Amino acid sequence: MTKTHQHEVVIVGGGGAGLMAALYASRGADTAVLSKLYPIRSHTGTAQGGIGAALGNEEEDKIAWHTFDTVKGSDYLGDQDAIEFMCEEAVPTVYELEHMGLPFDRTPEGKIAQRRFGGHTNNETHKPVRRAAYAADRTGHMILQTLYQQSIKNKVNFYDEFQVLDLLMDGGKACGVVAVELLTGELHVFHAKSVVIATGGWGRVWEITSNALSYTGDGVALTMRKGIPAEDMEFFQFHPTGIYKMGILITEGVRGEGGVLMNNEGERFMERYAPTVKELASRDVVSRAMYIEMREGRGINGKRYLHLDVRPETVNKYAKQDDRKNPDGTPYELTVEDLRHKLPEIIDFCRTYAGVDPLTDMMPVQPTAHYAMGGIPTDMRSHVLGDEKGNIVPGLYAAGEVACVSVHGANRLGTNSLLDLVVFGKHAGMNAAEYAKGSDYVPLPDDPAGPVMEMLDGFRKGPGHESHEKVSQIKREMQQVMFDNVGVFRTEDMMAEAVTKVRQLRERYKDIKVSDQGRVFNTELLQAWELGCLLEIADVTAESALNRKESRGAHAREDFPKRDDKNWMKHTMAFLKPDGVEIRYKPVTKTKFEPMERVY
Amino acid sequence: MEVTLRILRYDPEVDEKAHYETYTVDAEPTDRVLDLLNQIKADQDGRLAFRASCAHGICGSDAMRINGVNRLACKTLVKDTEGTITIEPLLGMKVIKDMIVDFEPFFEHYRSVLPFMINDSPPPEAERLQSQADRERFDDTTKCILCAACTTSCPSFWADEEYVGPAAIVQAHRFIFDSRDNGAAERLKILNQQFGAWRCRTVFNCTTACPREIKVTQAIGEVKKAIATGRI
Repeated sequence: MTKTHQHEVVIVGGGGAGLMAALYASRGADTAVLSKLYPIRSHTGTAQGGIGAALGNEEEDKIAWHTFDTVKGSDYLGDQDAIEFMCEEAVPTVYELEHMGLPFDRTPEGKIAQRRFGGHTNNETHKPVRRAAYAADRTGHMILQTLYQQSIKNKVNFYDEFQVLDLLMDGGKACGVVAVELLTGELHVFHAKSVVIATGGWGRVWEITSNALSYTGDGVALTMRKGIPAEDMEFFQFHPTGIYKMGILITEGVRGEGGVLMNNEGERFMERYAPTVKELASRDVVSRAMYIEMREGRGINGKRYLHLDVRPETVNKYAKQDDRKNPDGTPYELTVEDLRHKLPEIIDFCRTYAGVDPLTDMMPVQPTAHYAMGGIPTDMRSHVLGDEKGNIVPGLYAAGEVACVSVHGANRLGTNSLLDLVVFGKHAGMNAAEYAKGSDYVPLPDDPAGPVMEMLDGFRKGPGHESHEKVSQIKREMQQVMFDNVGVFRTEDMMAEAVTKVRQLRERYKDIKVSDQGRVFNTELLQAWELGCLLEIADVTAESALNRKESRGAHAREDFPKRDDKNWMKHTMAFLKPDGVEIRYKPVTKTKFEPMERVY
Repeated sequence: MEVTLRILRYDPEVDEKAHYETYTVDAEPTDRVLDLLNQIKADQDGRLAFRASCAHGICGSDAMRINGVNRLACKTLVKDTEGTITIEPLLGMKVIKDMIVDFEPFFEHYRSVLPFMINDSPPPEAERLQSQADRERFDDTTKCILCAACTTSCPSFWADEEYVGPAAIVQAHRFIFDSRDNGAAERLKILNQQFGAWRCRTVFNCTTACPREIKVTQAIGEVKKAIATGRI
């Protein structure tokens, strides 16, 4: 039996973007949030270092500097109107979070404390600026907690542990979703006037990732299956500092506090790659430098990792060399006590997972798949765009990591993801409610849950012949080829091989069978469904990458090592088709920043 | 190395009652118990059910009893265990399937303490100021991830599940001692009721169980003192 519900606005995903959308949508319309987790388990909670806003609480800062840094960080692929909008909204939005109760760390005057982060600079001196508003090294945890608390206060409707498996459309308009209730295994149809997709990213496409197990790109797969393109999928950020082998994130805030990267020769190698800001260059720049060091044999003991050193004696030695000053002009000095206060989570992670104590030891780090710059194309008001010409899909909105506005272009700056999800989550919620108020329910298609039921039955029954494929095996092979061939450095041959391999895996996926035939919490069945999302995303990512014949931001090709603004200052729009992927392009929106060479 | 796991299994659609099953996996000493569960699910028994998401101790999905103690499976390494690893669901919550327990009553307790900022005065244009000392007062309790490891290790909760439990009191503490909040009196009144903070017998199980090293019993003590003295 399929149950049917009706809510004016349905939000898919209960992380930062989804909750912010819910808070705003529920002010004006009957709203429900569907999450495959309890919302408080969402991946926003793992964000560590801070949220970017030019508050200027610690030193002089300007919205215009934040804007330029983000445009430059994006390697000129970000849409400049959207970036201007986000950086302006940043200041009131961070204050709004504080008013909601977010426990930011404080300056001696009692204001929100701010720290340095990669790529954020004073545009006059070109030195790093304190722009990341933070709550120790658990800023994302505090944002998620605060938004969830406010959702409880405002009595938002939640459907917890409801996994959305299909987006319903009628005549080109969004009209609802189909979800499975994990507890019972029953399918539910949600009839809506507007739908907001806020399902987060898909780091689980790659072998080494900082991302949650649940980060399987459900939202972008749902929309691609309805003919909506995916934008700039070739740009996936590899964060420089994941714990060796595990990929668990070590915040850039460590480097913001003065931590340095060392190779096997004890050399602070970033001095050679980014002479001005060194370790605080953009993430793509630092990750590439690390790969080159490792490839040239300077990984620690010849292995594929380097050292991140935040021991006070090291930090203070280099801070003196760099002539780093406190806001009051005194020389910068870091103590063990400061570290305990500012980076407690990192100390805990390293002790637990790497067996080292950052107060006395160096941390073993390697680049880790971290963040999707690309995703569902949206405009600044979070409307989903259905094609490369900018036509909106009525009733459909997307926000947060799953969306591509594009404010991050080819490379996101640290602290701009938390900013993105609160700013665009808010506008998605407001606009979805406004749309719902001005429109009627579009009729549901006939048998709305039919296709989902058929697909799930297929996973249960299997291919009907003796040999069938296993979800875990296909997933491992996909993650490996994507990490090896569509990672930090890319070539034509590597990417072509990845496309071929992923297509084979997609064929083999048709023969999977799950062993759990039950209904209650059949997580094996849902993992099988999620693998389908990951494979489609891997395909689109590899194909988009193969087609872009230049290097820009996170997309670094050894056969095309230079950025090519003449031919490639444009967004990829990839359409999933039955026989492959169709690639189209659309221009980047430029306001006042002409592309320049990117030097840090 | 070979590691043996003894897992308490229960599938409501198949089993009349819970029973142990034994699995052997190939593991590294630095593997998480969660890695082993994922490996069993991937290669030996796809039906094994447990919640997991971030896999590094932040999302709070995978609290379970590991060798009789409440731990996060993603924060317990093989090298920190000895011999056969016994895995059981949290105590005192209804088991739905294998390690998956019913969290609804837990979240109901959480919601009952008004876990949100209460301050109806119009906010300033910029931030509400707060001194570093005032911010420090509730720092410890902001770390809570609502994993339920504390509440389900508490004998008072085992005795009566109506008890609001340590996790909810920790969440209340986080607001009661926040200088920007005006809802302390209301929360203290709630926690002064029959199933409130006085059910705590300072057994310290909660503090031991907390994967975030929150001083849970101390926080409950501060709440009790605030109720008794009327002062925060």
